[in-house]
Amino acid sequence: MALGELAGSRARVFAGSRGRGSRPPLVLLMPAALVGAAVLLPVAYLALRSLEAGAEAWDLLLRPRTFAILARSLLLAAAVTAASAAIAAPLAWLTVRTDLPLRGLWSALTALPLVIPSYLGAFLMVTVIGPKGLLQGWLEPLGVERLPSIYGFAGAWLILTLLSYPYVLLPVRAALARMEPGLEETSRCLGRDAWQTFRMVTLPLLRPAIAAGSLLVALYTLSDFGAVSLLRFETFTWAIYVQYGSFARDAAAVLSLMLAALALGILALEAWTRGRSRYHATDAGGRRPPAAVRLGRWRWPALAFCAAVVALALAMPTGLLAYWVVRGLAAGETMPLLWSRMWNSLFVSGVAAVVTVAAALPVAALAVRYPGRISRTLERVGYVGFALPGIAVALALVFLGVRYVTPLYQTLALLVFAYVALFLPAALGSVRASLLQVSPALEEAARGLGASPLRALYSVTMPLARSGALAGGALVFLLVMKELPATLILSPIGFETLATSIWGAANDAFFSRAAVEGLLLMLASSVPMAFLALRSEVRER
Amino acid sequence: MTLGGMALGRLAVIPALAVAALAVAVMSACGGESPAATVESTARVADAAAAVSPGGLILYVGRSESLAGPIIEQFAELTGIDAEVKYGGTAELAATLLEEGDRSPADVFFAQDPGGLGAVEGMFAPLPASILERVPEWARSPDGRWVGVSGRARTLVYSTAALSEDDLPDDVWELAEPRWKGRIGWAPTNASFQAMVTAMRAVWGEDRTREWLEAMQANDPVVYPKNTPQVAAAAAGEIDVGMVNHYYLFRFLAEEGDSFPARNYHFRAGGPGAVVMVAGAGILETSSNRDNAEKFVDFMLSQAAQQYFAGQTFEYPLVEGIETSELLVPLDEVSRPDVLPRDMADLEGTVRLLQETGALP
Repeated sequence: MALGELAGSRARVFAGSRGRGSRPPLVLLMPAALVGAAVLLPVAYLALRSLEAGAEAWDLLLRPRTFAILARSLLLAAAVTAASAAIAAPLAWLTVRTDLPLRGLWSALTALPLVIPSYLGAFLMVTVIGPKGLLQGWLEPLGVERLPSIYGFAGAWLILTLLSYPYVLLPVRAALARMEPGLEETSRCLGRDAWQTFRMVTLPLLRPAIAAGSLLVALYTLSDFGAVSLLRFETFTWAIYVQYGSFARDAAAVLSLMLAALALGILALEAWTRGRSRYHATDAGGRRPPAAVRLGRWRWPALAFCAAVVALALAMPTGLLAYWVVRGLAAGETMPLLWSRMWNSLFVSGVAAVVTVAAALPVAALAVRYPGRISRTLERVGYVGFALPGIAVALALVFLGVRYVTPLYQTLALLVFAYVALFLPAALGSVRASLLQVSPALEEAARGLGASPLRALYSVTMPLARSGALAGGALVFLLVMKELPATLILSPIGFETLATSIWGAANDAFFSRAAVEGLLLMLASSVPMAFLALRSEVRER
Repeated sequence: MTLGGMALGRLAVIPALAVAALAVAVMSACGGESPAATVESTARVADAAAAVSPGGLILYVGRSESLAGPIIEQFAELTGIDAEVKYGGTAELAATLLEEGDRSPADVFFAQDPGGLGAVEGMFAPLPASILERVPEWARSPDGRWVGVSGRARTLVYSTAALSEDDLPDDVWELAEPRWKGRIGWAPTNASFQAMVTAMRAVWGEDRTREWLEAMQANDPVVYPKNTPQVAAAAAGEIDVGMVNHYYLFRFLAEEGDSFPARNYHFRAGGPGAVVMVAGAGILETSSNRDNAEKFVDFMLSQAAQQYFAGQTFEYPLVEGIETSELLVPLDEVSRPDVLPRDMADLEGTVRLLQETGALP
């Protein structure tokens, strides 16, 4: 048995009467239920639309081809998730727990591919490593006539992995940073070597964070349109977009609903793997930095690994953007620098991050402290939006917004609401994982000293879960920075962001303009990343 | 954790809460903007009646800002009308309009393709004859509810490294011949491609179009999501020919120079492969700025705007007497098939046919 679980069983004794089935306080239940109901609105709308849909839309669902596409989507989601976890877990460990040279720099760089919108990233990568891409041009003198095709499954898998492994990287890194070093030290004292300790202590303790990140990758892969459409891998979301493109809104609603059902299936699977283990430390934990693992001569392969990931996922696309800018300048293209768009992007992403984390807190706290049917349902409901294509959620909110909250229609308030509905899970996962590591015994102590449940949560648990809240907020920030369909459809008139203008420019082959704004987007997004990386560095010192 | 640490932790929550409070305050301020704006625009309409202020206008534009932005700005400067624009994809904006229904705040929808215009045709108000009659009959709605602003020709983009114009087929029908196997790019999800297939159904009839689609499928076309990557792929030599709209090539030439190894070819025998579609505009029936909306559509057909589309976006002007860019094959030399928008309305039937032949999921 892993030491983590041992610690868990001890803490269970501390937890005392507060076991399964104890009734959650209303102050926690009400806001959590409100959040759950709010994010369910778009799904409810899709369900109503589907009920009204004619037989033709339902026939579409039962065609054999629909099932083939469904199977393809699932296969892609599984493959991208596995590869993302395989890249992210070692990267997180290297950048948090070792004496890797330039660790702070790698911390920031390895998380950055997340800021590249998939429609742009896929286009850039096809331009470089396509069968007749730039790379082939460089290799032509060596007799390479054509590179192997990246279209279809392989390309979609590669590119979605490179763009989405940071979803796993960020929560795992947060979990590693606040993990109590005592457990690993004990394991070493008991005679296990570094590898055994990693496998039997560290990895089991990281499981909730890896699972939370993997869930995001899987659901994101299901909902992606930009990359799969460019790489010609027909997925479910692609089929939904085709329906919207031909204005078959009923059929699109039916298919979207099916995608939501699929997401619930994946969530159930994840919950099943989660089992009954508990992960919290026996004390406040994590404040004492663990000793950095000395890599020794393993330093070089480790560096090569980090460099390879950064080169493929970050340097290649940004390098091409920079090349487009230079080429555009040389050709005399005009590239207006519009700071207002950058400000709009930063502002709306910041607001959305704060609101989404605030919405995630009650749901996560309920799920962790009062496990039961209600809290489990609420938590799962929170995840569904992430698997839906942005366009489905946005159009649902158009219908509801313009009719029932007219004054808010086409205001930032409704746009931020859409972001919460879409990206709640990004915050939920991180917050949940960090709450899991806080022992309920601390809250018990606060309660014993006369604090109300809310106060105990607020003044004991929340400060300890702060790193998770920050990581979740950063993730939401990045997702909003690059979000496209909801931003295009729901933003106030005249409100343009970097993402919307990159899309417009790239669509009509204004490459140098798209490139300037793409670089700006990455630069602006790296600010919170750098902040997070720096913050953990300072704390560890 | 020490007592000091706990206190520090609590202190750090305060700025976070302050940020949240600020965010809520800002958001409610933004939320409050809308009713205020409504009051303001009502006031503006009143002013306009008194011929004091030209008032406002809300445009949904399904074209990129890089293309449409400058000419809309020119309109605003010239008329003093406060034109507010929502940019997006034509399909997304048409879907948005359909969801909004009669509560749409939009006055005008400026769409990139006839499919988008057709989808919301029922929401448009009839346009005055003075506007409609400035463009030829093939470039306006059969019911007079939208009007074409610029023309977009379907062409074949080809790799100049692999082929010369003489190697290219007379007609799009011939692309289904086995000798083109594996050499063609197409974009079946693209609205312009679908419009071309609708033209095929109008000219060739349902059965022959199905036959062509099936033969094309057997030719293993390389599937692209839209036009731009096809032009890039033809230049890179990934495909020999791609079925695209004519103007994307000129953006590439502007960015990469004349050495860019791809060119356009208009089918010499014409037919549906050379169909000319329109980007166009209509006024929403629910518009509260009818006068300004008409002024806008009128301006889009003015000499200045038509010259802009011809010169800057490399599209075809639809009004008589405008010079097309010298880089373009003049519109009267393109053997355009004789199809009217009336025959092009059945997008649903086209999508069904594409699904049945396996070109669409």
